[in-house]
Amino acid sequence: MDTALSIGSAICLLLGSFLCLTGGIGILRFPDFYTRMHAVSVSETSAAGMILIGLMLQSPDGIVVIKLVMILLMVLFISPASSHALAQSAMRHGLKPWLSTTVPAIKNKHNETASDITSDKGVPPSNL
Amino acid sequence: MIHTLYLSLTLAAFWLLNSGHYSPLILSLGAISIAFVVYLAHKMDVVDHEAQPVHLTLKLPGYYFWLTQQIILANISVVKHIWLGNKTITPTMTTVKSSQKTDMGKVIYANSITLTPGTIAVDLIGDQIIVHSLLSENIEALKAGEMDRRVRQLEH
Amino acid sequence: MLIAATIAIIIVMILAIIRGVIGPTLYDRILAVNMFSTKTVLLIALLGFVMGRPDFLDIAMVYALINFVSVIAVLHFSNDFEFRSSAHSDAKESKSMEEDS
Repeated sequence: MDTALSIGSAICLLLGSFLCLTGGIGILRFPDFYTRMHAVSVSETSAAGMILIGLMLQSPDGIVVIKLVMILLMVLFISPASSHALAQSAMRHGLKPWLSTTVPAIKNKHNETASDITSDKGVPPSNL
Repeated sequence: MIHTLYLSLTLAAFWLLNSGHYSPLILSLGAISIAFVVYLAHKMDVVDHEAQPVHLTLKLPGYYFWLTQQIILANISVVKHIWLGNKTITPTMTTVKSSQKTDMGKVIYANSITLTPGTIAVDLIGDQIIVHSLLSENIEALKAGEMDRRVRQLEH
Repeated sequence: MLIAATIAIIIVMILAIIRGVIGPTLYDRILAVNMFSTKTVLLIALLGFVMGRPDFLDIAMVYALINFVSVIAVLHFSNDFEFRSSAHSDAKESKSMEEDS
């Protein structure tokens, strides 16, 4: 039983480290701010979850497990709120996303912001 | 009244689970802090059905289970595209209609969209959610309305 | 295995700092700081286990809350003072501060 727990914990920790590294590479590799947010979102949901589950499997007593569950819940509740606030603030300040040219233009009459954005198609960002 | 009770119970559970020391002094300090926080919450006027969604308690676990599956699937696809590189991604920005009636339903829907990797709810205007997604398939999956339907079932 | 995970997280923190330094817009930098803080929470939890002192988890929990408050605070500040590019932010800030007072 003990060996099974430690093997499971090792697998979870390794998977978590891999996902973490993937998120770190994504944040350097993706072309613009909005796509980078997706990379961060990977490393915040699944990598945090995997590493914390791996720690839960090898924790010495019950109270540690409860604290780890609470940290996981906090991260999962907080990360969408802060990333939404970040994206909304960037959009309101007029940061234009880089959109792919393969997608047909989207007709949008519901609000100005979105139609304003979609006119800016296929222009790669100058910084990369 | 029921919301005050629910808030006090939640805070008490949070205190007891985190503390680990159960001597009378520590317990009385805990009771005082819980009373203070409940007083502050009343003063801020946030003790209502939006802050303590008691009526959702029974339905939420099933939704969380489904959402966890979706998050794992979305994670796999985003990780694949991070390693495949910039040529394979098709960033899209569009609006998705939300069919929820209450504000809380809309917020749950938008939050679920943001929590799922690959899609981010950028803004919420009326019943239109502006969504930025890494792949155009993600938008099509959202427009198919599976998540929308499940959140609507959660509402009542 | 704990050590390996710790090293991986430190590497990711370095990558986040690189993005924070080269990030062309203000929002890239805030995003990098946000990711850095989430990784700090994980790092503290892992270090607690490496050193055999699970009391560190309380600190990790407080860090998770501080992370949220700091991101919201910076965004609130940037919404109020409208600094879009950090190049001419100082001039704008002082201007709007003068207008306030």
